[in-house]
Amino acid sequence: MKAIEQIEQEHFKMGITPFKSGDTVRVHVSIKEGDKERIQVFEGLVIRKRRAGLRSTFTVRKISYGIGVERIFPLHSPVLDKIEVVQRGRVRRSRLYFMRTLKGKAARLKIKRLV
Amino acid sequence: MTLGLIGRKIGMTQIFSEEGEAIPVTVIQAGPCTVIAKKTLEKHGYTALQVGFGRQKESRLILPLRGQFKKAGVEPCNILRELRVDDNAAFEIGQKITVELFSVGEKIAVTGRSKGRGFAGVVKRWGFRGGRETHGSMFHRAPGSIGSSAYPSRVFKGRKLPGHYGDANVTVRNVKVVDVRPEEALILVKGSIPGSRRGMVLLKKLNHS
Repeated sequence: MKAIEQIEQEHFKMGITPFKSGDTVRVHVSIKEGDKERIQVFEGLVIRKRRAGLRSTFTVRKISYGIGVERIFPLHSPVLDKIEVVQRGRVRRSRLYFMRTLKGKAARLKIKRLV
Repeated sequence: MTLGLIGRKIGMTQIFSEEGEAIPVTVIQAGPCTVIAKKTLEKHGYTALQVGFGRQKESRLILPLRGQFKKAGVEPCNILRELRVDDNAAFEIGQKITVELFSVGEKIAVTGRSKGRGFAGVVKRWGFRGGRETHGSMFHRAPGSIGSSAYPSRVFKGRKLPGHYGDANVTVRNVKVVDVRPEEALILVKGSIPGSRRGMVLLKKLNHS
């Protein structure tokens, strides 16, 4: 068991920007095209965080050209360059699946005031 | 020549490659294995190496084994296996075979004792689809028809039926080595391997690599 923890320790990413479900984030993803590398930004609402140590993931949802798009990112993936929190939302649950059925004005969340 | 190592399955996790891919890996405590004895063509009719893994109290050994360890001059091991090799002249008794036998990227074979599943039905044991659970269906997980009637008036041999499943020796070939850590005697292979955690496994080189 200890050996596994040790191996996982090497892959943990330190200093990940803290964020929660309901936050709007900008995820900077590095993309390899041939030998060139560039950064692509995926901005959207965090509707789920799965806490599982090194295997943790989070789901970001956005509306792209009128179509809902969800992307699941491994939290500790080296592909993620950085995560920026654009806006913090006030939500009362951790899994925001109800957002999938909401459109337009209804699909807004209250902004959490930063104290 | 099939050189190998005895190891113990520790468990599974996930690591990231340099490209950012998540790779599922099994962590195995592999070796070091001590050469206990050499089998020779003249004396035994075949050539092999007897290797041991782990440690055992001397008082727990049966007397014949105690003598063998004493003769080899090595610490008693609790697991002994033979590895068939074409030429064992390069090995000395007492020599340690370590995890450095394998290199990253190499494909190996892993043998383990699969988890016992007891008396299992045809759905689990043979992958039968079974029937539907609802909508009035009374046919759920039964095997169904097992043959015809008047002819042949018997069930053909080899018919897939319920029975004991698991707890058998299973070998998986072409298992890719993801990482080798000599200082901790650990080896990481991609994907799953047979057996439970803490189960004994045998790692072998593949002949055609």
